Amino acid sequence: MAERSVQAKGDTIRAVQGAADATRGWLLKGGRVVDPANNVDGKADVLILNGKVVEVGPDLPRPAGMGEVRELDCDGLVVLPGLVDMHVHLREPGQERKETIASGARAALAGGFTSIACMPNTDPPLDTAAAITYVREKATAARAARVYPIGAITKGRRGEELAPIGEMVEAGAVAVSDDGLPVANASLLRHALEYSRRWGIPVIEHCDDPTLAPDGVMNEGPVSLRLGLRGMPAEGEVSWVFRDCLLARLAGGRLHIAHLSAAGSVEVVRWAKSQGIAVTAEVTPHHLLLTDELVASSGYDTSTKVNPPLRSEADRQAVLTALQEGVIDCIASDHAPHMEEEKNREYDLAPFGMVGLETTLALVMTRLIDEGYLSWSAAVERLAVAPARILRLPGGAGTLSPGAMADVVVVDPRAEWVVDPARFYSRGRNTPFAGWKLRGQVVYGFVGGELRFDRTVGGFLD
Amino acid sequence: MGLQRKDLLGLEHLTRAEIELILETARPMLAVLGRPVKKYPTLRGRIMVNLFYESSTRTRTSFELAAKALSADVVNIAVATSAVVKGESLVDTARTLEALGADWIVLRHSSSGAPHLLARQVRAGVINAGDGLHEHPTQGLLDLFTLLRRKGRIEGLRVGIVGDVLHSRVARSDIWGLTRLGAQVVLIGPPTLVPPGIEKLFPGVEVSYNLREVLPSLDAVQVLRLQLERQKRGLFPSVEEYSRFYRLDSERLRDWRAKPDLVVMHPGPANLGVEISEELANSPQSAIREQVQNGVAVRMAVLYLLAGGRTEE
Ligand SMILES: [Zn+2]
Ligand SMILES: [Zn+2]
Repeated sequence: MAERSVQAKGDTIRAVQGAADATRGWLLKGGRVVDPANNVDGKADVLILNGKVVEVGPDLPRPAGMGEVRELDCDGLVVLPGLVDMHVHLREPGQERKETIASGARAALAGGFTSIACMPNTDPPLDTAAAITYVREKATAARAARVYPIGAITKGRRGEELAPIGEMVEAGAVAVSDDGLPVANASLLRHALEYSRRWGIPVIEHCDDPTLAPDGVMNEGPVSLRLGLRGMPAEGEVSWVFRDCLLARLAGGRLHIAHLSAAGSVEVVRWAKSQGIAVTAEVTPHHLLLTDELVASSGYDTSTKVNPPLRSEADRQAVLTALQEGVIDCIASDHAPHMEEEKNREYDLAPFGMVGLETTLALVMTRLIDEGYLSWSAAVERLAVAPARILRLPGGAGTLSPGAMADVVVVDPRAEWVVDPARFYSRGRNTPFAGWKLRGQVVYGFVGGELRFDRTVGGFLD
Repeated sequence: MGLQRKDLLGLEHLTRAEIELILETARPMLAVLGRPVKKYPTLRGRIMVNLFYESSTRTRTSFELAAKALSADVVNIAVATSAVVKGESLVDTARTLEALGADWIVLRHSSSGAPHLLARQVRAGVINAGDGLHEHPTQGLLDLFTLLRRKGRIEGLRVGIVGDVLHSRVARSDIWGLTRLGAQVVLIGPPTLVPPGIEKLFPGVEVSYNLREVLPSLDAVQVLRLQLERQKRGLFPSVEEYSRFYRLDSERLRDWRAKPDLVVMHPGPANLGVEISEELANSPQSAIREQVQNGVAVRMAVLYLLAGGRTEE
């Protein structure tokens, strides 16, 4: 719970608790509105009507004759376009004990993300139009964050033949990726990039040379040497990013580098962008904030095991600088839930991955905004505007432009809380940030103008 | 003074004083082992479990003899490596053993860090009997003890570790132990097995790819076992070529002008003829047999001290 409770007008509270559905509009009063797509950062009101943003401006009057427009006092709070996490692993179909589409969509909204894109490495993988439709239907029923599926690049993620990319896009896929694995066959990735041009979607690559460190479990370097854990050299990522950028130059299409983690990859992406190659990149909060030293200092705690692995301090600084400079376009969580019994085992036998949906925003606020690395506008640009642009999400996602669908989150920037995985909406508890004291918490989450999450009344409104 | 620890996970985090305490405690233990009745009543009624996920008759037997010499009860559990991936988890197994009354779990496991996982989650003491590529602290201690008995000191000795340092938990424990007690360590082997930068990781450690060049300067050498399957992973071309550059034998010690009192150690089991010749392994220069005997004494000392035993101030 936010320590500081939010003052709302009495009738509004009852409306929220009782019949959110009857509400046709909202007037969010007096918050600090951060909407970098429209160069807005300042105290303003946001008027939402019939699911859409109508206007953002100071002291907006309550529209006359609109009794069903509710007012929310947002004084002291920050009002943002709903955030977009373009890299999330929901585990449905196939591994629902780790996460379902519904639990993941709730975790997302509770963490400030009104849109997430989910990776296709489910069981079976999302490699058909039917699978894409299945995810979308499940997501709609969940009534939490919007979920945009990402289709597989290759059938069965086997890296042999192209999956039906066009059919998947028609069914609602916003990108393709074999994430978890790189597409090893260079000509196949080239063809995927070429073919994707017809559909305007990015091809998202998990960059790592699978032959360089086939059984690595952490970053290769002094720490892995000391701990006796098999290493994954950063060079495996860097060389792959370079290969992929060259293939993108050859093929056209839009290449997106998932979870960029190495200093060398930053230099490659910087070069590729300077050459006009259509490449974008994301970075995770854990690669921005943690290093491989944590594997040692935590005593082989498997919550630190992630792919790509936590890198060196020099890598961490390089990706942080690249994020500030815009060489890295956006922040994505790579939310990867696993069950506790899977993680509570030998380091080399535990699965890779961390959850991130419910900690990303607060980590960015506490460690990047409050410490001066990013302004609020720059943070929202990287958490909402850029990923929405890369995925070409519809309806003005990532903005509070007039006419945009009203995906809005309201954040209490002073709420302090301690990360307690037992209280996550996600089924995954695997996070190296457990116990961290963070500042910043989502108070309200609107999707399409509908208040779906309200922490002041305990969370989801169903 | 005593050892204020529940577990022995590695030598990296032991202080010099703690290591010296263990070595000092091992001396009277060795004397007991030389007597007709090889027993102390110290650990009567306590239970030590050997939980071995990799077979190692040598290490398991050594721990067993050590525990029995202190009158503890010993339970041996061998888990097939194939059962690691499936079947009951390590943590569950250890919790069961603890519920059955285990005071110490001696763990041998192919995963680096496995004993750390257990140590956090069980109240029983955890003794690392070799974890993956990480550490084998009682081996490191017995190597120190052996050297100390042969040379009378560790401080100032120049000790070579020859072979597959990259994949050796023995090497890591030896490095931590030797450097903490003031020895100079030289890591010797082909660059694929002695990775670049390793000397920056361990303070006071040198690297040499050339055994012939460095051999005359050494006071002692620990010869590591060569895992023959490393060849398939492209780490060296052939056993023959490896032996040509890195095998130790008496003729070579003479020709390459090793010190006449060079102490030769091997943690075992040796590939005789590959990394060390049979005649050198059995020669007076070799301390291999002492290493085995000293291993029991050192493990007795570890158990004694973890049980709260103290030495006179
Ligand atoms: Zn990935
Ligand atoms: Zn991923």
